[in-house]
Amino acid sequence: MIWDLFLTFFKIGFISFGGGYTVIPMIQNKVVLHDWMTIAGFQKAVSLAGMAPGPIATNAVTLIGYDTAGILGAVAACAGIVLPSLIVVIVLSAFFFPLQHNKTIKSVFYGLRPVITGLIAYAAIHFGGFDKPGHYNTMTLFTLLICAGCLWLLVKYKWHPLTVIAAAGVAGIVFL
Amino acid sequence: MKTNWRERLYISAQLFWMFVRIGPSTFGGGYAMMPVIEREVVKKRKWIGEKDLADVVSLAGSAPGGVGVNAAAFIGYRKAGIPGAAMAVIGVTLPTFIIVIVLSLFYLKFQDNPKLQAALKGVHGAVVALIVMAAYRMAKAAIFDKATAALSILALLSLLVLPVTPLIVVAAGIVIGIFLIRAKARAGKKADTEKPSSSHPGQELMYPEYYI
Repeated sequence: MIWDLFLTFFKIGFISFGGGYTVIPMIQNKVVLHDWMTIAGFQKAVSLAGMAPGPIATNAVTLIGYDTAGILGAVAACAGIVLPSLIVVIVLSAFFFPLQHNKTIKSVFYGLRPVITGLIAYAAIHFGGFDKPGHYNTMTLFTLLICAGCLWLLVKYKWHPLTVIAAAGVAGIVFL
Repeated sequence: MKTNWRERLYISAQLFWMFVRIGPSTFGGGYAMMPVIEREVVKKRKWIGEKDLADVVSLAGSAPGGVGVNAAAFIGYRKAGIPGAAMAVIGVTLPTFIIVIVLSLFYLKFQDNPKLQAALKGVHGAVVALIVMAAYRMAKAAIFDKATAALSILALLSLLVLPVTPLIVVAAGIVIGIFLIRAKARAGKKADTEKPSSSHPGQELMYPEYYI
């Protein structure tokens, strides 16, 4: 189990471009597949992870590891998802980095960046539960309203993300 | 790296402790670490030059994973090789790891409280909003011509409709990118691979990029 946690998130870590948002749907997929958590449990874990500082994907898998196999599970999951970053950065700075102005490398990023944009947008839609029209309910509407309100506070009033998260939590207590 | 192993060990320990202290500054998002890194690593210790800091930011942003973790790995590797990189990464991850475990313990203790459940449902909406902000900011850097706009929409639609994995989408993006630039070059057109930069990068790096 510990090894499974490590290996699963190790593989996901290699494609967590764009800071890890992109892999949230993938993590959900694997977690449900391995029967580590239900979808509802996963959403709670990510929300809880969202209250901590730092990369949300790393925090989420740490929580999943802890929930599944205690502190060892947390360490294995966290190490699994962080290790690919370490390996990629070392390889990049040792061999690749002098090539950063290379034309092919630049055209790789030319295609990669828009695709990552699409992946992050998908992560938002998927995590919000907006991609399953058959399963819309009052919670979907509530999430949509809270999300819209948070965006408004972030863009218009430039609230700090942490304040927005706290406000959303209070809104949940007041309205639900 | 001409330093001997003892010195490296000492530097690795220093790296670890420095990043333990920097770690919690990710409360403002991974990029919020950059000014702190600048102060600690560039100004105070002079471990890397002012010019290298731009490299740190660009490499940390393009490698997979969190920006803060990647920046720590890069600086650690520069300073003390692989052990340095490992110690820096452990250092930057440790404070968040502990916070997450404490949150988890707190949750397990009060999970039957309906107020906590309601609060979490609210936070769920806020997390969605912060991911939307991240997508928007990524779009601002990534989309600057018809091809990039089409690529991002195509990526999103295929994920929503087709049974494809993100890995396939990422691979397709890379292949199409290379192909497009080659085709443009062959047609004799000017092929920009990056958005022409005019804005102030310093201001661009402020929060909404919270969860990385």
